[in-house]
Amino acid sequence: MICDVCKKKKASVHLTEIVDGKMAEMHICEDCARERSVQMEQQFGLADLLAGLSDFGKQIKTEDKVKLQCANCGLGYDDFRKFGRLGCSECYNAFRTHLASLLKKIHGSNQHLGKHPVGRVTPPSAAAKKEAKAVKEAKEDSLQELKNQLQQAVLSERFEQAAILRDKIRILEKKEKAV
Amino acid sequence: MTIDELINHTGEWLKGTGPQSHIVMSSRVRLARNVERIPFPAKASKKELVEIIKIAKEAFDASEYFKDAMFLKINEMDTLDQQFLIERHLMSHDHAATSEGRAILVSKEEVLSIMVNEEDHLRIQVMQSGSQLAETWKIINMIDDILSNKIPYAYDASWGYLTACPTNTGTGIRGSVMLHLPALVMTKQINKVLEAIAKLSFTSRGFYGEGTQATGNFFQISNQVSLGHSEEDVLQNMNGLVGQIVEQEEQARQALLLQNRSILEDKICRSHGILKNAHIISSQETVDLLSMVRLGIDVGVIKDIKKQTINELFIMIQPAHLQKLERKKLNTLERDVKRASVIRSKLGL
Repeated sequence: MICDVCKKKKASVHLTEIVDGKMAEMHICEDCARERSVQMEQQFGLADLLAGLSDFGKQIKTEDKVKLQCANCGLGYDDFRKFGRLGCSECYNAFRTHLASLLKKIHGSNQHLGKHPVGRVTPPSAAAKKEAKAVKEAKEDSLQELKNQLQQAVLSERFEQAAILRDKIRILEKKEKAV
Repeated sequence: MTIDELINHTGEWLKGTGPQSHIVMSSRVRLARNVERIPFPAKASKKELVEIIKIAKEAFDASEYFKDAMFLKINEMDTLDQQFLIERHLMSHDHAATSEGRAILVSKEEVLSIMVNEEDHLRIQVMQSGSQLAETWKIINMIDDILSNKIPYAYDASWGYLTACPTNTGTGIRGSVMLHLPALVMTKQINKVLEAIAKLSFTSRGFYGEGTQATGNFFQISNQVSLGHSEEDVLQNMNGLVGQIVEQEEQARQALLLQNRSILEDKICRSHGILKNAHIISSQETVDLLSMVRLGIDVGVIKDIKKQTINELFIMIQPAHLQKLERKKLNTLERDVKRASVIRSKLGL
């Protein structure tokens, strides 16, 4: 079988793609496959990655979706999830709780330790302290902890354990709803 | 100053000077900055983009520091000039692609460039020759302070500088170092090095920017994390990593010289020979050969060529540069002919 892409070399990689519900088969050679995998990595861009990170294991309630919008620029939280880009500086306030955990996931920290604009001091302000505390509490919160474990399980492909964790989370979430 | 004047000299960062310049081509630091409340460029209206350009321009005009710099609106430049700035590492592809409401400031020696309305309102970049992240930071930190006096930056006490993409939030800093690692490539150790880099939360990419394949044995290494560490710490960590890679490359070069000296000399001198004599040459072939000649200079096999000449050629042999030199549009074959002639005249001196 000849490679579908370069039509020269022997096809040794066989791909099945599903695009818009239609299945297509491809047979390509190793070189073209390597090129393709680079392209695919690029297509699976940052936005997807961020969107995936930002709400992992979280079911956004429909009313939340409607509510969460930046009053300054009009960007909705679901837009952010889709494109991975914020609309303006005020979005950071509008989506503050969601972003706190996202930033932590990206950077391993959500406390700025760098410079500040001239004339503006960064005291460990009351707001910052409060936030740090809130984040700490959220982490200790067992539901959050379970979700973190779930994420770890999925990432390391321990799917059986992931299923157990998922069920535990569902039960806890039901309980919370009832309260 | 105009763009056409740039063609007659090359950027400060290509001088081939500075610490460890036998392996470290250049150091670059960029900062992402935004104006409070006004939507980030992708979300901004035309009016708001114009407003940002006005704010930036006023800040530039208010300081002596930017006196000799040129300020250009992207949509007032032709595509060849846009491409020319991209090839000189002063501007990104994205910035040229969405030219409406975009501008750029470039300093005389090309040490500084500021893209206005790229992904963020301001993308400030400073480049230096050799391994000089700390020095580069000093310069850009000062420029940032000057601008922050005039521009109401979007800043949050806990999260630092607020950026369009959350991967830049915090310091908004990205340090990059361009490394020339031919011996690690030849001794097939490069993948190990790149894997280690990835593990340490740094990324690597090729000489000609984002999304490009590493060509000419150049690898650009950047930090990924921008929140939770001070700027100095981020750059110091990088510096440590760079130092280790430099050491590895040095060892690999020594090993090649000891074990395969004649093979290495042959490769270097053949590359030099082709470059001096070719009349038609592609950019890929050029870059690979230039890489060998650069190595030849660094290990003392080639003695009569300055490293700066080779560094400059990496920039000069790109399509927009060749066309600016020739002052007309060239097709692929014409470019390959012009490229060979530029190289011959540069190396013939």
